[in-house]
Amino acid sequence: MNRVIPLRERGQREVFCGLTGIVWLHRKVQDAFFLVVGSRTCAHLVQSAAGVMIFAEPRFATAIIDERDLAGLADCHDELDRVVARLLARRPEIRTLFLVGSCPSEVIKLDLARAAQRLDGVHAPQVRVLNYSGSGIETTFTQGEDACLAAWVPRLPREGAAPLLVVGSLPDVVEDQFARLFGALGIPVRFFPPRRSTELPAVGPGTRFLLAQPFLAETARLLEERGAVHLAAPFPFGEEGTTGWLRAAAAAFEIPPALFDAVTRPGRERARTALAAHHARLAGKRVFLFPDSQLEVPLARFLARELGMQLVEVGTPYLHRAHLAHELPLLPEGVTLSEGQDVERQLDRCRAARPDLVVCGLGLANTLEAEGLTTKWSIELVFSPVHGYEQAGDLAELFARPLVRKEKLANAAA
Amino acid sequence: MQLTLWTYEGPPHVGAMRVATAMRELHYVLHAPQGDTYADLLFTMIERLPRRPPVTYTTFQARDLGGDTAELFKTAAREAVERFAPQALLVGASCTAELIQDDPGGLAAALNLSIPVIPLELPAYQRKENWGAAETFYRLVRALAAPPAPKTEGRAPRCNILGPTALGFRHRDDLQEIRGLLGRLGIAVNVVAPWGASPADLARLPEADFNVVLYPEIAATAAQFLQRQHGQPFTRTVPIGVQATRAFIAEVAGLAQVDATALLAEEEARATWYSRSVDSTYLTNKRVFVFGDATHAVAAARVASSELGLQVVGLGTYSREFARELREAAKGYGVEPLISDDYLEVEAAIAAAQPELVLGTQMERHVAKRLGLPCAVISAPVHVQDFPARHSPQMGFEGANVLFDTWVAPLMMGLEEHLLRMFRDDFEFHEGAAPSHLGRAALPVEQSASADPVPAVPSTTRWTTDAEHELRKIPFFVRGKARRNTERYASDRGLATITLETLYEAKAHFSR
Repeated sequence: MNRVIPLRERGQREVFCGLTGIVWLHRKVQDAFFLVVGSRTCAHLVQSAAGVMIFAEPRFATAIIDERDLAGLADCHDELDRVVARLLARRPEIRTLFLVGSCPSEVIKLDLARAAQRLDGVHAPQVRVLNYSGSGIETTFTQGEDACLAAWVPRLPREGAAPLLVVGSLPDVVEDQFARLFGALGIPVRFFPPRRSTELPAVGPGTRFLLAQPFLAETARLLEERGAVHLAAPFPFGEEGTTGWLRAAAAAFEIPPALFDAVTRPGRERARTALAAHHARLAGKRVFLFPDSQLEVPLARFLARELGMQLVEVGTPYLHRAHLAHELPLLPEGVTLSEGQDVERQLDRCRAARPDLVVCGLGLANTLEAEGLTTKWSIELVFSPVHGYEQAGDLAELFARPLVRKEKLANAAA
Repeated sequence: MQLTLWTYEGPPHVGAMRVATAMRELHYVLHAPQGDTYADLLFTMIERLPRRPPVTYTTFQARDLGGDTAELFKTAAREAVERFAPQALLVGASCTAELIQDDPGGLAAALNLSIPVIPLELPAYQRKENWGAAETFYRLVRALAAPPAPKTEGRAPRCNILGPTALGFRHRDDLQEIRGLLGRLGIAVNVVAPWGASPADLARLPEADFNVVLYPEIAATAAQFLQRQHGQPFTRTVPIGVQATRAFIAEVAGLAQVDATALLAEEEARATWYSRSVDSTYLTNKRVFVFGDATHAVAAARVASSELGLQVVGLGTYSREFARELREAAKGYGVEPLISDDYLEVEAAIAAAQPELVLGTQMERHVAKRLGLPCAVISAPVHVQDFPARHSPQMGFEGANVLFDTWVAPLMMGLEEHLLRMFRDDFEFHEGAAPSHLGRAALPVEQSASADPVPAVPSTTRWTTDAEHELRKIPFFVRGKARRNTERYASDRGLATITLETLYEAKAHFSR
C-alpha cells in the first residue's frame, strides 16, 4: 500500500530500549541467561521493567562497567571472563549465555562479539555463549528480541530442517494452540525461539517460515540468507489476522481448502463470538496509538476492522513495509500513520484530537489520565497472550477494560 | 566490573530527576540515549504522579553518534525552554552521554538563554542515586541562593525544611508531620525544598534563621553550604521515633530560641503506651536485623532497641556516603556493621544472624519471604505499595505510631501462625488450614507438607524421631535457630545422634 505516507518525526522518543526484551525472553527460554554488559542505568532499567520478577532468582543480570574499566586500569575482557565464570558457577543449569550489549558498552567499543566467541570456546559444550545488542542507540523495545534471535540464527542446525518454522516468542499457551492447529492441518512445525536452548530447530534451504511478531526484520533477513522462505501474511491478531496467517501456511503447503475450513472453523467462530461482546462497547470509539513495540499497525487493523474503532493516529517506532505488506492495505483510508517520534508534538496532536482511548507507555499513561483522557498501557500487549483465535476476546478486552472502568467510576461518582 | 542482579540505588541522574521532579518551574535537559526515558515511569507509576517529570531527554541513537549529538542537545535545550518556560534549567548527561564527551554545560551556555542554567557533573561510573540527588540540590542552592538579607528584629523565628524529594520514602507525610510540630512551636517555615519549591523560592533560602534537615542523604551537602555561606545552622537529629522526635523538638527550639516545654509535656505518641502495655511483653529481646539507607537504618535500630525493647542483631546500609554514621551506631549494639550494596551479601548476613524480624527495603522483604521471616519496610528502595494513599509518616509522634503498627503487625501474624501450628491436631486448626488472614482456603497438600521453614543444613548428625518431633513443637520462627544450636552443640561434643536430651541440653547451654 503506497497511499499512506507516514509522518516521519525525530525528536524525543519516549520508548524502551531493547534490553527490555530480556524480561520476556528469559521466561520463554528456560535454560538461557542474559548478562547485560552496561552501566548502573541498564541494571536499574531492567530491574524497573521486570518489576517483582527480579526477586525470583531471575536468569538475567548486569555486569556493571565501573571507572576502573573505563580508565583502562582493568582489562574489560579479563573482568568479563571473571564475571562470567562466577555466574556460571552459581547457575550450573544454564546452557546458553547471551552477552547483551548496551549503550555504554557500544560507545566504548567493547568487542562483545569477540568476548562471546572466546567464552564460547572456554565453556563449550556445556554452555554456548552468544552476543547481541539491546542498546537504546541501536534498538527500540521489541527490537531487542529481533537482535537476540538474529544472533542465534547462525547456530541453528541445517540437518533435519522443519518444513514450517514459526518465528517470534509466543506465550507457551499460544504456542501450544498453534501447534495443535498446524497438527490438524498436517503441517509439521517448529518454533523459534525454543523453550529450551538445547532444542534449536533446524533451518535449511526451502524451510518456510511465518513471522508471529512484526518486529523481526533482521531475524527474517538472516533466515532468508540461509535459504528459508518467508511466508507473507498478516499477523495473527483477531479472527481475521489469525485466519490470514494460518492460510498463508496452508496455501504454501497446499492444504485442501475444505480441510483448512474444517480445522479453523471452530476457532473462527469462537473468536467471533468473543469479539461480539466487545464490539458494542468499542465500535465508533476513537483510538490514538503512541509508538512502542511495532505491534501498533497490526493491532490498529484489528481494532478498526474487527471492533469498529476509528483510528486517529497509528504511531510505530519503525515501519517495515515488506513485513506489513498484508497489514497496511487493510487499514482504513486516510489513517494517519507516524514513524519515529517527537513526543511533545505527538502529545500536542493527541490532546487536540481528544481520542476516546490512548494506547501508550507507562511514562505517559497516568499523565494523560490526569488530563481526562482514557489510556491503555501498551506494554501489557507484549507480555500478555494476545495472538490466535482463543485470545482474540482477551485482546479486545484489554482495550475495553479502561473504558468500562471509566464508566463504572463515573457512575459511582454520580 | 561488578556482577549485579539487583541494585539498591539507580544512577546519579535519577537522583537529579528526583530533585527536579520535586520542584516547580524547573526543567532538566538530560543528554541521554533512547531508552533512558524508562526513569519517567518510576515517578508516574511507583509514586503515581499525575504529571511527567520535567525532564527532556535528547534520546540520541546510533545514527546520531558522529558530529551532531551536540546539535541535538542544543535543539532539545532550546525547545524545552520555549515550551516549558522554566525559571531555571538543569543540564547534564547520563552514563552514556558522559562517555561521548559533549559538554552539556558549555553547550547550554552557548545558547545564551535568558534564565539561569545549572550544569550538573554526575559521575555515573562512581556515584549513585542519592549522591546525585544531594549534588543536584547543592548545585541548585549554590547557584540560586541570593546573598543574605539583613535580619529584621522582632519577627517570628523562621526555618527552611530541606530534603524531601520525589520518590522519597514517606517524604510527603513526614513533611506534614514536621510542619505541624514547627507550627506548634511558633516557628514559621520559610521555604521547603526541593519539594514544591521553585528556583525563585531557592533564592529566598537565606532569609531563614536555620535549616531543618530531614534527610541527610539528600540535604546535608546543601545545608553545609548554607551554614558556611549564609551562617545558617542546621539540625542534626532525624525525628524518627518518640525519643528522636523529642530530641528534635528540643534541638529546633534551641535554634529558634523558643520554649518547647509545653509541647514536650504533651506526650502524644500512642506507641509509647502500646509498647509499655503487657501485650507487648513478648517483643522483649526479639532479634531484629536492620538494613536500609543510613538515616532510616540508624533511626530504626534506635527505635527497635530503646522504644520496642527488641535486640538489634544486625545493622547495615547501602549508603556508602554515610558509612561512618552507621559504623558508629553499630558499635552501640555490639554488632558488625554491614556496608554493602550487594543484596546477596545482605541475604547471607540475615541468614547468619537468624533474626526473628527483618526491617529493611523492598529487597529485604523478599529475602525475608524466602527465609520465612517476618519483615517490615523502613527505607527506599520501595515499591508502589509503599507510596500509600493514607497518611503514614515515619517522622514525629504520628510517625512513631505508624512504626509501631507496621513493625509489630508481621510479628502478630507470626504468633497467629504459631498458634495455628500448636493446635495443629485440633479439628479447626489442622495443618491444612491456612492462616486466617489468608482466607479459609486450605493449602495444597505438597505446600503444607513442605511448610516447615527449618532450613535443611547439611549435617553429619542424625536426629532421633523423638527429638525431631520435639523440634517441631518449637515455634517455627525460632525453630531454625534451635536446630542450628543443637547441631552445633552436638558436633562440638562429637555426638553422632541428637536425642531428646541433647535438644534440651543444648537449649540450656545456649539459653539467654
